[in-house]
Amino acid sequence: MKAAVILLPGLNRDRDMIAALTKISGRAPTTIWQTETSIPSDIDLIVIPGGFSYGDYLRCGAIAARMPVMRAVAERAKAGTRIMGVCNGFQILLEMGLLPGALMRNANLNFVCKEVELEVANAQTAFSNRYEQGQIIRCPVAHHDGNYCADDETLARLKGEHRVVFRYANGTNPNGSVNDIAGILNASGNILGMMPHPENLIEPAHGGDHGRGIFESALDLALA
Amino acid sequence: MKARITVTLKKGVLDPQGKAIEGALGTLGFEGVGGVRQGKVFDVELAHDDKEKAETDLTAMCEQLLANTVIENYAIEIL
Repeated sequence: MKAAVILLPGLNRDRDMIAALTKISGRAPTTIWQTETSIPSDIDLIVIPGGFSYGDYLRCGAIAARMPVMRAVAERAKAGTRIMGVCNGFQILLEMGLLPGALMRNANLNFVCKEVELEVANAQTAFSNRYEQGQIIRCPVAHHDGNYCADDETLARLKGEHRVVFRYANGTNPNGSVNDIAGILNASGNILGMMPHPENLIEPAHGGDHGRGIFESALDLALA
Repeated sequence: MKARITVTLKKGVLDPQGKAIEGALGTLGFEGVGGVRQGKVFDVELAHDDKEKAETDLTAMCEQLLANTVIENYAIEIL
């Protein structure tokens, strides 16, 4: 499968994301600048990385979500292409309306930069099938606005449709997210948004490789 | 023509910043503050004087960019 990384001014995790995709798939992803109006047809996975697009002005991800390339991303989303948004990328997917809910300021108002534990709450998704159901993995987080909220109806639907893919585990919820939600899927299962940074835990130099499974799943890599 | 748009959080949406401000007001000795919700104000200058067009355009601006209607309400005031 071929991956593409969307580039916007103010992102700062794009290089980490490109490095992770390159190391894991053996092939450098295509990069697509915000002013592009189409996505090459051979792209099977679109990744929106983390950072502070447009300085987080107005609302995190709000301005990025209105850039020309995002119309092309939305079209591909509808067509079933896999899309993954990490951190600011998750905020952008919410602002685009591709995922439900919103991310508010962290409950303790602090920027958090640390490692948390995640429970794989659904191991039967296109982004998590290399893990065991209920497996606890380590993953870094670094954000100021990761406090997931949604109305009761949305939360009930997410739960009922098993669309919460990752939950903060063992009391490590760093931001006050409702129901410890760290990552969710859209209804058709081709779009993942998550606050933690799996691209920063993919090799021994990072202190572990628990984040690899997300990329191996999303890229349909052959099992080692 | 000038307009003022006020964006506020919907009822029931958690507002950690409002809570912190409420706490700070208590620290300053202001008693009886029952709650604080933080919002945003946009002053928009329009290059025409067509009130009807202004209302239509400003509503579209709020829906498409200025407010996240998942969590926020907006109010438009033509000044």
